[in-house]
Amino acid sequence: MNITINGEKEHLTGQTIVISDLLQIKNVESPEMVSVQLNGKIVNQERFQSTSVTENDELEFLYFMGGGENK
Amino acid sequence: MIDFTEDQLERYSRHILLQDVGVEGQEKLLNAKVLLVGAGGLGAPVSLYLAAAGVGTIGVADNDVVDLSNLQRQVVHFHKDIGTAKVDSARDKMLAINPDITVKTHKTFLCADNIREIIREYDFVVEGTDNFPAKFLINDACVMENIPFSHGGILRFDGQTMTVVPGKSSCYRCTFRNPPPPDVVPTCSQAGVLGAIAGMLGTIQAAETLKFITATGDLLTDTLLTFDAKSMNFRKIPLKQQKDCPICGESPRITKLEDAVQAVCGI
Repeated sequence: MNITINGEKEHLTGQTIVISDLLQIKNVESPEMVSVQLNGKIVNQERFQSTSVTENDELEFLYFMGGGENK
Repeated sequence: MIDFTEDQLERYSRHILLQDVGVEGQEKLLNAKVLLVGAGGLGAPVSLYLAAAGVGTIGVADNDVVDLSNLQRQVVHFHKDIGTAKVDSARDKMLAINPDITVKTHKTFLCADNIREIIREYDFVVEGTDNFPAKFLINDACVMENIPFSHGGILRFDGQTMTVVPGKSSCYRCTFRNPPPPDVVPTCSQAGVLGAIAGMLGTIQAAETLKFITATGDLLTDTLLTFDAKSMNFRKIPLKQQKDCPICGESPRITKLEDAVQAVCGI
């Protein structure tokens, strides 16, 4: 199947994959540090294992990012 | 309309020349009140540019003192300031750039008990904190008080920012939901950050602030701007207000400021 992750086209084998497996394939080290937007809708982290991605889906992996303070 | 002095006309001439700003815009800046939360890597460039721009009242909230390891990127603080309260150090530099403005210092941790009262006196908040409880607290308080703000985050070679106008755009919680568990969070002090990244991201936040005040251009609302300075790729990711957002959605679960903040207050 063909999907788009962070604006880049990706080809994956298979017809479907759950988000948690996709994060693993894409070497996302800490799934807790990423928010996933699937076709414009934010997927709650509790649903990463039950939400499937299929042909032509558009995903954004949005990373939590801290900031300026040295704390 | 205020009467600009000759000095003001000269100081702000490059703003006044801009069709989108002009004297009206500069007057808005002089009348504006902006709060910076965090006088660190992001707050540093923001404070310098907002002071230079003539933002009339700038509040700065931070409970920290300047440390040697800050100086690699927190350009508002100088070597001589080590050991000084960051709010005092930042205030001195802002007033040195522009004695025309008023700086209010809040040497305190913002927490559930005090944040709403403090932010209420401002038109816009610039969030430049490193800990996620604080980021969520600022989002929630700004949504409750209906105060627009700029979120900023940096790590290693990356930066991200979004502008939130409560009631009109998606909020930080729409996209990021809940603070990540503390044990998986890399901070600048653990993971490092290229100093100039703070300047890149902070100046974007400063520009958003000035755009908001002068009602110029399109804000980064419903948008996450991210960049990777290694490749210098910038992306604007469209975001949407989420109906199930726990604070600004259809049936908000959060109706008063949350417990996660207590960890911050307890430090």
